[in-house]
This record gives sequence, structure tokens and C-alpha cells, in this order.
Amino acid sequence: MNIVGILSLDALKHGPVPFPVLIGITIVASFVGLCAVIWLTYFKRWSLLTRPANYLWTQWFTSLDPKRIGVMYIAIAFLMLLRGIFDVGMIRAQQITSVGPSHGVLSSDTFQQMFSAHGTIMIFFVGMGMMFGLINLILPLQIGARDVAFPFLNSVSFWLFGAAFILVNVSLFVGEFAATGWLAYPPLSELAYSPGVGVDYWIWTLQIAGIGSLLSGVNFLVTILRLRAPGMTLMKMPMFAWSVLNAMTLVVFAFPILTVTLALLSLDRTMGMHFFTSSNGGNPMMYVNMIWAWGHPEVYILILPAFGIFSEVVATFSRKRLFGYKSMVYALGAITFFSFTVWLHHFFTMGAGANVNAFFGIMTAVIAVPTGVKVFNWLFTMYRGRIHFTTPMMWFLGFVVTFTIGGMAGVLMSVPAIDFQVHNTLFLVAHFHTMIVGGVLFGYFAGFTYWFPKIFGFTLNERLGRYAFWCWLTGFVLAFVPLYILGLMGAARRLDHYDKSLGWQGLFIVAGVGVVIIMLGIGFQILQLIVSVIQRRHNLDTSGDPWDGRTLEWSTVSPAPSYNFAIIPTVTTRDPYWEAKQSGIKPPKPVYQDIQMPKNTSVGVVIAGFAFAFGFGVIWHIWWLAALAFVGVLVTVIVRSTDEATEYTISAAQLAKLEAKIPSRSKS
Amino acid sequence: MNGKTKALIGSLLALALGGVLAYILQGTNVAVLTPKGPIARQEMQLLITITLLMLIVVVPVFVMTFFIAWKYRASNTKARYTPDWDHNTAAEIIWWGIPLLLIGVISVITWQSSHTLDPFKPLDSAVKPITIQVVALQWKWLFIYPEQGIATVNYVQFPKNTPVNFVITSDAPMNSFWIPQLGGQIYAMSGMSTQLHLMADEIGTYRGTSVNISGSGYAGMNFVAAASSQPDFDSWVATVKSLPTPLTVQEYDQLQQPSKNNLAASYSQIQPNLYDKVVMKYMYQ
Repeated sequence: MNIVGILSLDALKHGPVPFPVLIGITIVASFVGLCAVIWLTYFKRWSLLTRPANYLWTQWFTSLDPKRIGVMYIAIAFLMLLRGIFDVGMIRAQQITSVGPSHGVLSSDTFQQMFSAHGTIMIFFVGMGMMFGLINLILPLQIGARDVAFPFLNSVSFWLFGAAFILVNVSLFVGEFAATGWLAYPPLSELAYSPGVGVDYWIWTLQIAGIGSLLSGVNFLVTILRLRAPGMTLMKMPMFAWSVLNAMTLVVFAFPILTVTLALLSLDRTMGMHFFTSSNGGNPMMYVNMIWAWGHPEVYILILPAFGIFSEVVATFSRKRLFGYKSMVYALGAITFFSFTVWLHHFFTMGAGANVNAFFGIMTAVIAVPTGVKVFNWLFTMYRGRIHFTTPMMWFLGFVVTFTIGGMAGVLMSVPAIDFQVHNTLFLVAHFHTMIVGGVLFGYFAGFTYWFPKIFGFTLNERLGRYAFWCWLTGFVLAFVPLYILGLMGAARRLDHYDKSLGWQGLFIVAGVGVVIIMLGIGFQILQLIVSVIQRRHNLDTSGDPWDGRTLEWSTVSPAPSYNFAIIPTVTTRDPYWEAKQSGIKPPKPVYQDIQMPKNTSVGVVIAGFAFAFGFGVIWHIWWLAALAFVGVLVTVIVRSTDEATEYTISAAQLAKLEAKIPSRSKS
Repeated sequence: MNGKTKALIGSLLALALGGVLAYILQGTNVAVLTPKGPIARQEMQLLITITLLMLIVVVPVFVMTFFIAWKYRASNTKARYTPDWDHNTAAEIIWWGIPLLLIGVISVITWQSSHTLDPFKPLDSAVKPITIQVVALQWKWLFIYPEQGIATVNYVQFPKNTPVNFVITSDAPMNSFWIPQLGGQIYAMSGMSTQLHLMADEIGTYRGTSVNISGSGYAGMNFVAAASSQPDFDSWVATVKSLPTPLTVQEYDQLQQPSKNNLAASYSQIQPNLYDKVVMKYMYQ
């Protein structure tokens, strides 16, 4: 048996990065690295590296503070957004250039890897990353808790996400990625048709990230159910907390399905089993059912927290109570329930028969009702309010427009007989991008801008945020309106070539211009971050409440201290902080008590390191590595569970001292 | 820039986009909206009906969004401000009720159309239907005419106004079989047999394609669907039968090998029960 499994130097030649480019990168990187080492040693400047590395390690990588974990989630999500949008650029470049006699800038295999990576990255790393990032940042603060229910588990979840992030990027250089689309339907994804390691990279990236998500789901579900501030009954929870409660319920029910599905596919590929093969008793369509039984709830896992964010943003910036709170809660519940009854609408074209198709079609259309109710309630929150058009509010208005159009396309496709004509075309692609860009991303961008000052202590530059928004919105229209038309013209998704006579090229060019404008929007977002950091002294949030907020997170200082609240607040109404401000009653002089906080730990990083080694080992059939890593995870977990000193105490005296340092504590 | 300038710029940009799209679309074929057969025509009518129904809710949402956002802007201090008003039963009944009614109507349409436009349902017609068996291969379409005893690759011909019973399977990864101007698609899956009942009511050649990724040659899985008159069809069959190219076992094995961007081909004879063998070979393996 080969000690490195099926890994060989050839692995470097199969990736989407051309071999000469790789060699070039390696040579340049080695040269720069060598120069750096010589320079650092000669001038004795190693501290330049060790100090920040040490800072990152002690203050961030080993941190159990959900706010820091949240920031790290968002950092990875943003990096992956850059990779995801780069993939889009290449995809459109190929489709613009590959017409008639020309076969474009990419080989069909590279092209297929790119769109498969695009989908995987955007859902698992950008969508899920932003979502868990924002939940980590704000959920404990919003329900008046000092931490999540299981702080260490939270770190493990994040680092599993980190391991998956590294694994998916390793596939760029060592080996290849799946060329099967982001859901890797068998039999195409089986060994018979995809003999390379691409699908295995896909499986283990999702498997590791997915287990992290499942653990997070459990964690936040328990956090919401057990750690709410005294007096905060379920029906007094902020709407964002409600949306997270529903989304995490979906995570807990849906992600095990993904884990099992991927495990079975993996058994097919590595152990020669036949769950989803075409022959030997396997059934590929079973996979399609199972992956969508996870996949459809997954869409709602992403969108529900965005709904929650908009509920907070609209109420805050309209300076008015959220309209129809109970309706909103019931609507969330209805969406959560129905999201498990519609998975078959992703494959009406399988030929399940009229009764089955009609049932799932009707269930799908029914979801539009509670979703519509939410839109009306948001609009009536604005009605008779005092609307401040800040950037988060702009994202909301952009969302209403795009989401309504996308929803209309969605209801169209819920009718099986219409779906037969647009399924798997660019019409479908335009539809779900309308929902995921215009719904999920716009929501997360709004949430990021809205809660940024709470974490960093200063607000983001408004003007640049607005530029980013207009670029995103304009780019979005240009990028996706042509796709709806192309779909109706008969353009399938994932085509790397088409005939000139079809007349599609012009539309692809318009869509490409849209992508460039979206890239410009991302550029403005980067610029916004840089400029805001430089100008932070002018944008300092000294009050802890820059937007005249309503919920508990605004009652503490910005940036929020590691323990969130020196004294856990007591809640009597839905908008506790707003009511407190309105009543004008100053809080009594605080009486501090000792608090217990979790100690930092590197165990999360270690477990994720083993998980990465396990994934890499299985992908390349390096069995000794996989076995060792698996044992490593078990041993680490056992050792950690025997550790009794996982917490430290902030005494009342220390707390008083810390609080006294905060200048704005005297604020009413 | 004040609000009016912004609105003007926005409208101009929207107009410009509309103009560009209209220019690009000149002389092109929006296949789904130019049906050439009864199935595609009904599917298009359904698409238009549902769109119009949806506009009953969508248009008010758009109008309300812009009106409310404009009227209750913070700078308009004359507008009414009721910070604690958060509930109105009548209003909420309206926006639970009207969408529910609308979806009720759409549900009835969905139920009925799912049955009338079920791809497995034979078409009502006095004309005797023609059966064409379809096998998705890597990466080409094989059409078998069991009644005529011929086969073709990436080209299928049938008489107009005659129901065509496509029976579809795959000897490759899953594909989806689609002739947009004649009607909706259905999956081609190995070891399984799906059906699609279509009819063309105009003579012409229509684009057919695969709509499900099936490997690196997927983009080239296109075929021509030609609807001709009955005499033209008969003489075409006769021509194919007179060719010196039978679809032998070896020839089929050759076809089954992966190859990209295949040209159309015709075969004068077929092996008996070839289609059934292709389906069943996945059952016993």
C-alpha cells in the first residue's frame, strides 16, 4: 500500500489552476518567503510576525467569545465571497466567448468545476458563514445572555467550518473539485462517471462543514430556549431571535439528512457500495430525494435569519413597533413547517405522476402566503413611522423589490406544468439567485451594517455603504433580468458552449456587465471597511446605541464587553430598551456579582485539525492518516471532557473596576 | 442630487436597459413563448395566467412600498406618527386572506393542469400516434423507431399533427429531454423509462436539448426535432431504410462510448428490443 494513497505529483496538474501557473506561483512564493526569512533574521524582526501571530492565537483562534467567533465566521465568509464572485466572472467570461466555432477561455471540465465550486462556496461558506457569524455576534446579546449554551462546542463548530474552508481551497491546488454541479447528483457523481477526487473533496468539505452547522444548530437552539433574560417569555423575544429559533430547528432536523446522504455516497465511492449507483440495486433518484429533503429546508435556514434581521432593521429605522408581532411569529412557524413538505418541487421532471406533483406544487405555493404576510407587516411597520433611510434600510427596500419578483417566479415554478418548461434553465438560476442574493445576502449585509458598531465600537461609512448598495442593486438587475429571458429562450444552466444562431450572446454580455457592477459593489464594501477603520475616531459609537435601538443589545456599551452584560437585564416588554428610554427612568445603581466565563481553549482548533487530516486522508485514500486523525478526534474529545477547570471568575470587584472604565455607562 | 434627479436617472437607466434588451432580442426566438404544439401552447398560457394572478398582489406591494417609504420619510414631519401602533386585526385578516384566496385559485389550477398536462398522459387525437424510443448516451441522443425499424442520432423526425409518444431512458448519467417549442422536459434515467407525449402542429425544425448536466460533453447534447408532412416523413423513413448502415450490436457499443458534439446519423436497421435491453441491463447487473 502506498503511504500517500493515490496522491502523486500529478495531483497538481488536474486542478483548475493551470500547471505552469502553479509552478510560477510556487517559485515566486518560495522566493518571497526566502527573502522574508532572511530579512527577518538579519534585522532581528521576528517579533513582527510572532507578536501578531501570538495575538491572533490567544485573542481570536482560541477564543470562546461568540462575538469573536462571529467575526471570524464573517471574515471567512467575505474571503469566500471574493472567490465565489471570481468564479462567476470566469463562468460569464466563458459563456460570452464560447459561441459557435470558438470554445471560450476555459475547458469544459474547468468550467464545470467552477460553477460547482461557486454554488458550494456561496451556500456553505458565504451564506452559512454570514448567518452563523451574525447569530454569534448578536443573538446572546439580544436575549440578554452572556454567552451561548455550549461555548466550547461553539468553537468546535467554527473550527470545523474553518477546516472545511481550508479543504475546499486546497482542492484548487492539489487535485480537483467536483464537476457535477453543487449537489453532485449520481450517477454522474459516482465512481463510474467521476473517477477523480473532485467529488470526494466536495463530499468531505460539506460533511465537515455540515457537522459543524449541526452542532451550531443544537447550540443556538438550547441557547434560545435556556438562556433568555428573566422575564423574556417566548412571545417577548425579538423577531431576530424567533427567526433564529426557527432556522436552528430546521438545522437540527435537516442536517442529519445531509450527513447520511453524503456518507452513503462516500461509501459508494470509496468502499464500492451501491446505494445510489445505476446498477446493482442502487437508486440514484433516492439520492435526489434525500439531498433535497435537506436542500429545501437549507434555503429557509438561510432566509429566515435574514427575515429576522429585516424585522429588527425596519422597526428600528421606522422608530415604530414591529407591526403584527404574533402574525410574524405564526408566519415563521408556518414557513418552517411547510419547508419540509415541498422538496419534490426540485424535480417535478422526474415523472412522479400527476397527484404527487400537484401535492408538492400546492404545498410550495402555500409557502408564499406566510412570506407575503411578512412583507405586508414590514410595510405596515413603516406606515405611520418616521423612516430613516440608512444603509440597512436601503438593503431592506432593495430586498422587497427583488424578493417580490423572485417570489413571483417561484410561484410560477410551483406549477408543475410550467416548471417542465423552465426547470434547469437559466430562468431557474435567475429565480434562486433573486431569492438568495436579493433576500439572503441583502439581509445579511443589512444586519452586518446594523450590528457592526456593537461589535467594533464605531459605525460604518454611510456614503460608501450606499454606493455599494446601488452597485449591488443595479448589477443584480443587469445580471439576472437577461437570465430570466435566456431561460425562456431555452438556455439550459451550466452550458459552456452554444450556437451563435440562438442569439444568446448579447444577453450573456449584459449579464456579464451586471457581474462587473456587482464586483464594483464588493469593491465599495471593502473600501467602506478600510475607510471606516481609518476614520473610526469620527464614527465612534460612544453611546452604545447609535441607531436609537429597541432591543437589549443596544443597552450595553459598544464594543460589547466579553461578558456582554455586567448585570443581566430583566425584561417586561417586547422592546425593552426602547421602553426603558421612553420611560426615562434611570437604572438603579448597579450591584455587581461574581460571574463565571469560559476560558479560552485551543481544543477546537486541534479537533478541526484532525477533521481536516481525516477528510484529506479519505479523499486521497491515505488510510493511516484518516485512521490516526479519527482516533485523534476521539482522544481529544475524551481528554477535554475530563478537564474540570474550563471557567474563570470575574469577581464583583473586578467587574466594578471594568465597568467604571467605560465612559458611557452613565448614559440614561 | 435631489430625489427628482435620482428618480430621473433611475428611469433613464431602466429605459436604456429595456432598449438594449429589445435590440438584442430582435430576430431571436423566445422558444417557450413561441409554441408550435398544443402542449407547449397550454404551458405558455398557464404561465401567463399565473403571472397575471400574481400581479394582483405584486403590484400593490410595489406601489405601497414606494408610497409608504416616501410618505413616512423622517423629514416629512407632517405625516402621522404612531410609534406604538402595532396591531390591526382587520388589516391582518386582509393580508392573510387575500393571498390565501389567490393561492387557493392557483392550487385548483395546479391540480387540474398537473393532470391535463401530465407528461405520461397520451394525447387525445384521432390520428394514430407514433412511438419513438429515446436513449441518452454520453453525449448524444439515440432515437429508435420500433415501428419503422430505424434509428437516428441527434435528429428526430415525425409527422405534424400526429401525437408522438416519446419513451425515454438513459445509458449514461441522468439527462433531461426537452424540445421547448413542443413542450416541457422529462428526465432520462438509467434503468428507468419515462414518457413524454408531444405533438407539433406546424411543419418546421425545432431545437431539442439536454437540460441536466451529464459530464463534460453536456453542452453538445443537442438535437434537431423536425416536424414534416406525413408523405415527407414516409419518404424520409424509406430513405433511411435504404442506407447501408444498420445499428448492429458493435455499432451500439461504439455509440455508447463517450464522444462530444456528435453530428446527426441514421441507421437502417435496429436490433430487436434494443430499448428494453438498455433499460433492463441496469436491473440485473
